[in-house]
Amino acid sequence: MATKILLNNIEVPGLANFQVYRELGGYAAVEKAIKTLTPDELTDEVKKSGIRGRGGAGFPTGMKWGFIDKQSEKPRYLVCNYDESEPGTFKDRHLGQFNPHLLIEGMILGSYALGVKDAYIYIRGELFYVMKIIDKAIQEAYANGFLGDNILGTGYSLNLYCHPGGGAYICGEETALLESLEGKRGNPRIKPPFPAIVGLYGCPTVVNNVETIAALPWIVNNGSEAYAAIGVGNSKGTKLISACGHINKPGIYEIELGLPVEEFIYSDEYCGGIRNGNKLKAVVAGGSSVPILPAELILKTAAGEPRLMSYESLADGGFKTGTMLGSGGFIVMDHTTCIVKNLLTFARFYRHESCGQCSPCREGTSWMEKILMRIEGGQGTMKDIDLLVNIAKHVEGNTICPLGDAASWPVASAILHFREEFEEHVKLQKCPF
Amino acid sequence: MQENNKVPEFNKETLDLIAQLIKRYPEGRQKSALLPVLHIAQAENQGWLSPGMMDYVASLLQIEPIEVYEVASFYSIYNLKPVGNCVIEVCQTGPCWLKGAENIVAHFGSRLGIKPGETTADGKFTLKTVECLAACGTAPVIQVGTEYHENLTTEKVDQLLDQWKAENKISHKNPYL
Ligand SMILES: Cc1cc2nc3c(=O)[nH]c(=O)nc-3n(C[C@H](O)[C@H](O)[C@H](O)COP(=O)(O)O)c2cc1C
Ligand code: SF4
Ligand code: FES
Repeated sequence: MATKILLNNIEVPGLANFQVYRELGGYAAVEKAIKTLTPDELTDEVKKSGIRGRGGAGFPTGMKWGFIDKQSEKPRYLVCNYDESEPGTFKDRHLGQFNPHLLIEGMILGSYALGVKDAYIYIRGELFYVMKIIDKAIQEAYANGFLGDNILGTGYSLNLYCHPGGGAYICGEETALLESLEGKRGNPRIKPPFPAIVGLYGCPTVVNNVETIAALPWIVNNGSEAYAAIGVGNSKGTKLISACGHINKPGIYEIELGLPVEEFIYSDEYCGGIRNGNKLKAVVAGGSSVPILPAELILKTAAGEPRLMSYESLADGGFKTGTMLGSGGFIVMDHTTCIVKNLLTFARFYRHESCGQCSPCREGTSWMEKILMRIEGGQGTMKDIDLLVNIAKHVEGNTICPLGDAASWPVASAILHFREEFEEHVKLQKCPF
Repeated sequence: MQENNKVPEFNKETLDLIAQLIKRYPEGRQKSALLPVLHIAQAENQGWLSPGMMDYVASLLQIEPIEVYEVASFYSIYNLKPVGNCVIEVCQTGPCWLKGAENIVAHFGSRLGIKPGETTADGKFTLKTVECLAACGTAPVIQVGTEYHENLTTEKVDQLLDQWKAENKISHKNPYL
């Protein structure tokens, strides 16, 4: 059994209540940190744990905290990214709904380390019911002296608030999120400056994913060495994988990084194999934005090594034969799946979610959707397939934020690995599925 | 569906709630409360944001009406046209599509006699398609107001529709209450 850092106790009834959480050892990390560690010592622990951001980019968390501008006289902010909108990703919803105090405890730890007095949880508006569960837990934390003025008599004070979004994937991008939190359209900002220098209200800000924050209490309780002892290479600790699609057991699994992909897909402890005994066709391993891989390349690298669930192993081979761990949204497709149609739903998604600021992204996402509709509908030509590749190439890397790349990779990788299927649509003048 | 000539006005309970929300942000940053307040305003206005309602929100937050319009039109949760009493939002993104979301859309459509984006003639139901709702493991999924309904089948859709018809379902309620 894998170590449970994030899903520990999650099945305990009533865990969302303060009392239940507390009796299971909850808030011990806050007591330990505020009373025995300085903010810099705590930041150091997080650095040494090797934990990387779980929102998708995998940036080392301790290093990010180290960038925060401590010379500035302005207030500092910690913002939790609870936008969870990357197709295939549904882990944060689960954590906040069933264990809101774990997130709150993590927010207190992060805020203490960064010298933050006001922190926000930005949660996608569709998850309003989850926000209310967290809001209630926040009130309990205030009532029990873990939030508000003079926490545990230490002189440290913190306010924590939830903020609902309005329905926009782009607000998961951290600078768009900050714009949105300021009451504006979610248009990503040009970086630099990075939020650590100019963030919310122009003040130094750290944005972290729910899962990143929720790992902090365990790191404080058990020590950075214990955390760093789990995993492989530069992929330390555990990761939540939300698995969906054509598997026998869709759900949210906590894995130790380094688990073989094959075991994850076929073992009964995890996905339990492909539905109806069907054949595995393809996997999108880290949310809709990462390159799709055919069965043989997701199970083994091009060099024939077993593929592992880790940042490095999934990326092995680069764009040609690899992919990314991303957000941990693991989408599995069996042999009955039309790759073109699946891709069309992604293309529609990115066209809908482009904020429209950069012309390559705004126009490119719309062209890619139209051409894919043509091919799927049986009116495509062979030239359309090359045109798609060409558009994807011109969008990638030419935009303000990574949504342009996120829209291009699925198209480019699907054609790279499944070109015959696109050609078959064109030859038959219809979808073969 | 309502006339908009009247200037809207919230009751005291709602105004108090909004005052509380504004306090969550620093002095002079009351515009930050715009998204939360628009959730409330839409619920109080039969599920959509009329120009009159948006102007009222602008006055409550002491910002320009244009600042409200540009935000309301950016985010997909806010409806800028009238909707039915019960808005049914069906997720259509990849993972839900893999598990048969198209059948769910079609079944709602044929039961209600409308296409996505339309409202029934009696004003009771609006059908919408939406993008990933962060519930892909229990696909296909729909959202109605703040409720999620998951692992849908056509039988479940029938049950839900019968229930909603019987109780005259209204999906827009102040989500904070
Ligand atoms: C288009 C786009 C959407 C994103 N969506 C999310 C999201 O829903 N949740 C999230 O935590 N990070 C998301 N990110 C990544 C954030 O920009 C940021 O890297 C992350 O919140 C940092 O937290 P972490 O270091 O703890 O992962 C998104 C990025 C992009 C470009
Ligand atoms: S890449 Fe797309 S989503 Fe990102 S800023 Fe440009 S237009 Fe907006
Ligand atoms: S694709 Fe429908 S909930 Fe994610």
